[in-house]
Amino acid sequence: MTETTACTLLQPKEYKSKVKPVWCPGCGDFGVLGSITKALSGLQIQPENAAIISGIGCSSRMPTYLRTYGFHGVHGRALALATGLKVARPELTVIATGGDGDGFSIGGNHFLHTCRRNPNMTYIVMDNQVYGMTKGQASPTTDPNWEKGKLTPGGTGINPFQPLVIALASGANFIARCSSSDSNGTARVIMEAIRHPGFSMVQILSPCVTFRPEQRDWKNLVKPAQMEATTDPAQAARRLLTDEGLYTGILFRGDRPAYQPMPEPSIDNIAELDEEFRI
Amino acid sequence: MTRQNLSIALTGSGGSGVMTTGSMLLEIAAKAGWYGFMGRSAGPQIRGGEAAALIRVSSEPIESPDDSFDLVLAIDPGSFGRFVAEIPLRTDSLIISDAEGGRRSSPLPETPAQVLDLPMKKLAKTVKGGRPNMIALGVVAKVIGLPESTIFPILEKFLKSKGPEALEASWACVQVGYEAASDLPTFESPPINNESATDRWSITGNEAAGLGAVRGGVRFVAAYPITPATEVLEWLADALPKVGGVLVQAEDELASINQIIGASFGGKPSLTATSGPGLALMTESIGLAVCSEVPVVVLDVMRCGPSTGIATKSEQSDLNIATAGLHGDAPHLVLSPTSVTDCVFTTQWAVHLAESLQTAAIVLSDQSLGQTRAIINKPADIAFIARRLIPDQLELEQFEEQYYRYAVGDSGVSPMAIPGQVGGQYTADGLEHNEAGAPSSLPEDHLAQLDKRERKINGFDYGKHWADLEGEGETAIITWGSTTGPVREALSRLRAQGEDIRLIAIRLLAPERPGEMAAALKGVKRLLVVEQSHSKQFHRYLRAAYDLPAAIRVFNRPGPLPFRPNEIIEQLADWSAES
Repeated sequence: MTETTACTLLQPKEYKSKVKPVWCPGCGDFGVLGSITKALSGLQIQPENAAIISGIGCSSRMPTYLRTYGFHGVHGRALALATGLKVARPELTVIATGGDGDGFSIGGNHFLHTCRRNPNMTYIVMDNQVYGMTKGQASPTTDPNWEKGKLTPGGTGINPFQPLVIALASGANFIARCSSSDSNGTARVIMEAIRHPGFSMVQILSPCVTFRPEQRDWKNLVKPAQMEATTDPAQAARRLLTDEGLYTGILFRGDRPAYQPMPEPSIDNIAELDEEFRI
Repeated sequence: MTRQNLSIALTGSGGSGVMTTGSMLLEIAAKAGWYGFMGRSAGPQIRGGEAAALIRVSSEPIESPDDSFDLVLAIDPGSFGRFVAEIPLRTDSLIISDAEGGRRSSPLPETPAQVLDLPMKKLAKTVKGGRPNMIALGVVAKVIGLPESTIFPILEKFLKSKGPEALEASWACVQVGYEAASDLPTFESPPINNESATDRWSITGNEAAGLGAVRGGVRFVAAYPITPATEVLEWLADALPKVGGVLVQAEDELASINQIIGASFGGKPSLTATSGPGLALMTESIGLAVCSEVPVVVLDVMRCGPSTGIATKSEQSDLNIATAGLHGDAPHLVLSPTSVTDCVFTTQWAVHLAESLQTAAIVLSDQSLGQTRAIINKPADIAFIARRLIPDQLELEQFEEQYYRYAVGDSGVSPMAIPGQVGGQYTADGLEHNEAGAPSSLPEDHLAQLDKRERKINGFDYGKHWADLEGEGETAIITWGSTTGPVREALSRLRAQGEDIRLIAIRLLAPERPGEMAAALKGVKRLLVVEQSHSKQFHRYLRAAYDLPAAIRVFNRPGPLPFRPNEIIEQLADWSAES
């Protein structure tokens, strides 16, 4: 039995489906796809017991490229859909994936409240600071001076959204930043995120080589965080507010209990519900 | 002639306790052996504003407001003034009002009814901690002939949580009111009907819809509060944990609809309840449920629209958005209960259909059904439960490389694997897809999947439940939802006079049932359409969906005024006189 088990260890490639990604050559999301398969293999999660949930955008195509269960829903609602699934089926490994526009703009409200609610699932945001699928508009994380956004000529002029600061303030239980260029390091962080109870937020800097070619340079600019992950939200807040967004690693580990209401039935027969209506 | 029923309105300012008083009165009447119901009409304020409890009691089961009211108890004259249109009165109707109640600047409006003044406020002051609404309860009980002894047990039940002092003060007030009313004229009351009294229920349409959902198998509900649907969700929040289910309060309606899609994808029959504004927000994702073939039920308790409209009052104006509000070609189910009792059946059936057909079902209830508490015979147990076509493990093993989640097949219903099933992995997608679930922009895949999703819904055998049909005549009335009640009462009055008019009350609004409708309309020469919508949404829907007789008349008006049986009879009489 032990031998058979050893032989049937699932390799990362066995988590990939046969569908060919629509991504541009050089897109950071290829690296993230690889990291997710390595993390699932690393934890030996059976493909039928994992579900990858997404909204709309380039990175939201992720579920189709994996051989797990998946849901490619509407724009911005991945976290809501994933929450419903996780509450209904707590034993599944649920991972939501998507981009910065999907998660922080149209889906911003769900981001706040999923951090607050703290369901035991992982959220992987491939942040490239641009709307790629609609061909190059500024996103919530875009620098205010980026002038190439076709809807915001001259730049947005407004401060970028700071997803990890917001995640911390809203109650996320695990916060990490990775770079798609470091496939193995990202895989290790995703494994930690899946293992950590509660809502785990993983921001992955994932370059858009088509509309933000300058992001190719990210792989030279990112640097591992100098400190171990803190469990102190105040310290985490100070770090996140001052780190210029390029430090990678696990930045915060909280200890809030995960949201998981699914009570055992207290009545044997549904007909008992009738009693309250009887005159 | 013995009076078979009585209609009573209690009005007061918001927070004056008229709704509680009305609920107590209905329950006392139910204990005494009457059927009946209490509708609610209120301004938008939580405190202040105005409120009316609209009650009808009867010896027989009833589901329609009467033509007019027999008795009004106005705790203050001003609040009654806000309900003149909603509380029609006759010359022999009686208003008992307190000239000293409420603000002096608001006298009782002009009315054909007789008015009697009773100083309820002053009488309440004779009791420590006394309130005028409890004086009013004693007065009404006396005037309609309810024995004083039937009141205390109900007071005790309602006021249990308020402590012995509150109960004592209320009971003292009721006795003072009962005594004070001994000089007032009394009404001849409907005979008591105790035949089936042990099997009677007191239930609101919103509770009934919640019960139907649980009976049908719903075990996950996502909720965002909205008037007048909140009570469905509050009832489910208590009931679901008892059966091992769960309700999650979501951050908005976009989250509610997507949470239930996620939970249903995970294999749990799921529902959310909302009203027009929430339904509007949900429509994009209802389309996702249709396209990805994930069963969900959305209960819309309609209120006056558009926009925020009148949140507390009823209208049948979400028919357009429910039947035609989804973008793209998105065949789905739309159902509507025809009475408070039917909220159980129709919601349960909707769960069964959504699960059987792997699609979205919208159930259109409305404020007048949802917030009306009715005394009814116990609804029949129905066999319909969630029964989703799930592949067994052997079936999944037959797929060598890939499970074809969206296999086109004959019926259009394809086996839906549930996460956890080995070999059933697929990606549910709102992108058009091929049979394996992979995104596809090929015209042939689009056509095949559109056909599949339409065929499974159109080809299903819905049986006789698609509509309630009564009568044989050459004149028919066609209606849906809450207006069915008054139409039924009008037709039963006409039947008693020997005139047979047909009734067609549609329960299944989508998909259309042309064959069944043709049979239902066979021999009909004149068709009266009755609906509570300003723009005649139902009439337009019928015109688009069905072959109709040439002679058609539409009796429509917007909410919140309910239809009354005599108005429907007048419509028929006017039509006959014209032709």
